[in-house]
Amino acid sequence: MTAELLSLTDVHAYYGESHILHGVDLSVKKGEVVALLGRNGSGRTTLLKSIMGLVDKRKGSIRIGGQESASLPPHRIARMGIGYCPEERGIFSGLSCEENLMLPPMIKEGGLSVAELYEIFPNIKERRASPGTRLSGGEQQMLALARIMRSGAHLLLLDEISEGLAPVIVQALGRTIRLLREKGYTILMVEQNFRFAAPLADQFHIVEHGRIVSSFAAAELSSHMGLLHEYLGV
Amino acid sequence: MTDIFGIPLQAFLGQLALGLVNGSFYAVLSLGLAVIFGLLNLINFAHGAIYMLGAFLAWMGLTWLGVNYWWSLLLVPLVTAGAGMILERSLLRRLYGLDPLYGLLLTFGLALIIEGLFRQMFGVSGQPYPVPDALRGATNLGFMLLPTYRLWVVAASLVVCASTWFVIERTSLGALLRAATENPKLVQAFGVNVPLMIMLTFGFGVGLAGFAGVLAAPATQVSPLMGSHLIITVFAVVVIGGMGSILGSVLTGLGLGLVEGLAKVFYAPASSTVVFVIMALVLIVRPAGLFGRDK
Repeated sequence: MTAELLSLTDVHAYYGESHILHGVDLSVKKGEVVALLGRNGSGRTTLLKSIMGLVDKRKGSIRIGGQESASLPPHRIARMGIGYCPEERGIFSGLSCEENLMLPPMIKEGGLSVAELYEIFPNIKERRASPGTRLSGGEQQMLALARIMRSGAHLLLLDEISEGLAPVIVQALGRTIRLLREKGYTILMVEQNFRFAAPLADQFHIVEHGRIVSSFAAAELSSHMGLLHEYLGV
Repeated sequence: MTDIFGIPLQAFLGQLALGLVNGSFYAVLSLGLAVIFGLLNLINFAHGAIYMLGAFLAWMGLTWLGVNYWWSLLLVPLVTAGAGMILERSLLRRLYGLDPLYGLLLTFGLALIIEGLFRQMFGVSGQPYPVPDALRGATNLGFMLLPTYRLWVVAASLVVCASTWFVIERTSLGALLRAATENPKLVQAFGVNVPLMIMLTFGFGVGLAGFAGVLAAPATQVSPLMGSHLIITVFAVVVIGGMGSILGSVLTGLGLGLVEGLAKVFYAPASSTVVFVIMALVLIVRPAGLFGRDK
């Protein structure tokens, strides 16, 4: 039995007056790839932001490696070993590609070296002097991933990394996720693209109206297809 | 004697040199405003008052405590930066997330309070501040004689502006600052203590105003009104250069100082309004400023 790395108990999250998450319980074990499925607006992105401390208000317990983090500011949470890749990718337009890559401070030992990252993502090496936003969508996504692979974070929160990208890029991203998993990273990913997530994840959770309505392991995937049809229309 | 457009060369160069000195103050002050605006999205109306405070701290240090010019040049920016950081922690921080107008009103009120206090204590007449011994006299540039202190003001300002530009545009610390200007939440989510960075940045911008104040003390009279006289022009400089642009604020500051100098040579009455005429023209043609980016 592997150790629990991330554990959410009765988490509620709010933006201003809007109550987005209504009591989420979630557990992620070390080394697992976990996919959060659901429709747009179901609260999956807010769930990642709540873990990061980027919502206006949250309640409940969020434990990272056994430590309570629900009352900490985002920079302290990141330093517990979390890398966050936002849905809009968050490439800084005022920074070059390489400056973007080198931006996140090293938070733990054991991140990938720049040489290793350039080997995995040769495009980024080629375009390292270009301004961040001159990169193509795929290159920006790879840069956003590479950036958090360097910092030594061991739990990665990935928000819709396959969204709007060409199939060949999506395949490359899939290979990267597999590589990260071999290297022992723990990944919590929000995915709209079920076909991308299906072969990658160990655990699936369906989010609907700010709650987790169904959870199952990869082995149970085929028996849950009916449910997925119902919730996602796949 | 050589003439340029019917104006003696000496007078022409003299006004240009004076313009460059004024431009140096514009550059350092608008640089501080730009740095603060970039990260805090705050228009710091207290900037002129802090510049005045810097000059007065130097004057009080010299007159009451015997702290010489060089120590003031080092210590006063640190003191004003410290006061700025306390201000950020205690007051400004409460306004983040509200309309930027609140920050503008708060700093405007602070400027009035600081200036009012100094007018109460010192009246409106200026206090003289002697030029330090090492910078007395004039330097022969080959083509003209220039008071050494003016030369020093231009050189010191250029060094400070160039160093600030280098740190912000060419170092990893500056990359963090630029990134936080675009998306502070994401930078914080990478593990950077952004609230601390905001406090230090405000302190730095305010420290620049204090530095400019010390630099100005021997060049002008130390008076409670010196800040409000200058700051209106500096805001015009910031608008012309483009809000938040580092290089833009420095180049525009120096350039407009020169333009004012030229205006004094050719048509003196226009020298105090030429900057605002340029501002109006720039706003018509490029509303984001010469170096600004549209948002």
